[in-house]
Amino acid sequence: MIADHWPSRTLRIGPASFHLRSPFRRVIDEVNALYRDYPAATNDGIYDYAVNAVPSSPLRRWIKPNLRLECDFEPFDTLPLPVELGMLGLEMGMNLQMAVGYRRHVVVHAASSAEGGKAALLIGDSGAGKSTLSALLAYREGWRHLGDEFALLDLHAPLLHPFPRPISLKNASISTMEARAPTDRFGPVLEGTVKGTIRHLLPPAAAIDAMQTPAEIALVVAPHFRENAAPAWRPMTRTETYVRLAASSTNQALMGEAGFEAVWRCLAHAPAFDIIYGSSDDALELFETLWRKVTA
Amino acid sequence: MTPPAILHRALAAPESMRGLSADDWNALIRVGRAERLLGTVAARAAPLWEALPEGALTCLAEERDLTRGDHLAAGWEINRAALALKNVGCPVILMKGSAYLHTGLAAAEGRRIGDLDILVPRAALPAVEAALLAHGWIQAKENAYDDHYYRTWMHELPPMVHKERGGVIDVHHTILPLTARLKPDAGALIESRVAVADGLFVLGPAEMLLHSAAHVAYDGEFEGGTRNLWDIHCLASDFARIEGFWDGLAAAAEQHQLRTPLSRALRLARRLYGTDVPETLAGRMDIVDRLALRKLHGRDRFGHQGAKLSDRLLYIRGHWLRMPPLMLAQHLARKALRRKAQAQPV
Repeated sequence: MIADHWPSRTLRIGPASFHLRSPFRRVIDEVNALYRDYPAATNDGIYDYAVNAVPSSPLRRWIKPNLRLECDFEPFDTLPLPVELGMLGLEMGMNLQMAVGYRRHVVVHAASSAEGGKAALLIGDSGAGKSTLSALLAYREGWRHLGDEFALLDLHAPLLHPFPRPISLKNASISTMEARAPTDRFGPVLEGTVKGTIRHLLPPAAAIDAMQTPAEIALVVAPHFRENAAPAWRPMTRTETYVRLAASSTNQALMGEAGFEAVWRCLAHAPAFDIIYGSSDDALELFETLWRKVTA
Repeated sequence: MTPPAILHRALAAPESMRGLSADDWNALIRVGRAERLLGTVAARAAPLWEALPEGALTCLAEERDLTRGDHLAAGWEINRAALALKNVGCPVILMKGSAYLHTGLAAAEGRRIGDLDILVPRAALPAVEAALLAHGWIQAKENAYDDHYYRTWMHELPPMVHKERGGVIDVHHTILPLTARLKPDAGALIESRVAVADGLFVLGPAEMLLHSAAHVAYDGEFEGGTRNLWDIHCLASDFARIEGFWDGLAAAAEQHQLRTPLSRALRLARRLYGTDVPETLAGRMDIVDRLALRKLHGRDRFGHQGAKLSDRLLYIRGHWLRMPPLMLAQHLARKALRRKAQAQPV
């Protein structure tokens, strides 16, 4: 099989499109299974980013196979991944393209979710509970999932654009969601990653169908999970929120004035709160309280 | 047609972009990104913008905006460096991208501009370094070997980075490594300078083109050659309008021992972009040209350069030209060990 005929899959997620490719058939099969609800072509056949999972050396195609990423925007020297984690590798490759290459919106490392045309932005460090909270909103409260990894801020209006790739659940939150979402929306259990165990949860089909429709930003929440903590919230100033958003954006500074304006416009439009919670029920309740407050 | 040839043709003859298929566009976007030339493609595509497919426009517009940001930042770095070096009392000569931008040359259109490269007299290096340190730049390399490598053998100080803005400045005192076999006349390069805005200078036209040619054909292994040759094409096409330019260029090339690299760069630019070059200056293709052309056409439709034997030969040649054999062996061993130590888990 020559390189031009490797298994591949074109994939549209929100405003971005990817061409994924690997000589390892199982990697692309897994992508096709997980991304079954996503469009497999672009309007004119031209895609934004190529992400290839290639053998780390020609020998590694056949003997103790492992792979590395080749993308439009390249990762640093990285250790090879086992083929079983190949799909995760492609996911990381797509994330890297968004983080490093994408410039059509301000990209913020955040989750986002919408209800009735209005959206909440969930910011915070890895492990703060963004993915879990957005998954709960989608599967328990019936919100429209916009994304759990990157939120896309419009450059001209206070809008969030969906980037609803499969939700990346980690460790304990996997079982939390397994109890609440249909079994057929889950990907395979991926063990032994740098973040521990990962399992993808496909957003509800309606969220994928509506992924070209932006929503007006109405609330910014910075969730903090602390074991057994009593639920609490406090408002954040615009300055504090700006600093947090800017620090969690991959491209805001690089986009100069347009990036600054986009972030500031969103802050000026949506009040921001810091919340602390110890259980998912507390988190949802706090969130609902704040949502009623800002959308009343 | 190789995927890189689609890029070469898009740059030299932008009208060719009207007829590209989706596969062609996908290859052009990949190769253009890999060569850091997609912004230049976007600038060249401006007159036929309306005729291009939506998917291509999205990628080109993104790159065009990126380049605008680059130029704004590069302009500010130039402004800040001019201020920092105002009182050092030596001429400060902008080079490469910053020079093209500050002079308004066609080579700057859509070009990504990264580090700020300047040339100053060697005797002024301590004062220039001190002034930059006093104005917020700090040493970017903390490794003692790297520091030694630059100061002892290279044609530039170790790169410095501004502690607030993150902009990198490379301070050169000549245009080829000190260890290289060819010895350009640094004093004459500085003498050739032409005043531009903000009390700064750029190299004279012939010297500017020679510097670019030295980059293509001598300093390295034709890495980034597609872009360097596009610079050559733009500079040669611009400067050819100056009366007596080619004669002056030939004389300057002799003076700086750069006749061979110049001819090679002009030949390759002519092959890739159809640059109009006097036959006497271009000379004849040789084996190095052929290896270089293989490399320049070596990317696949995903923009990836396979590790071919011809590329290894060029890599070795590039280092061979830079330094004597024993030093080369030691240097490559050190780099190989470091690469191994730096690989990270994803």
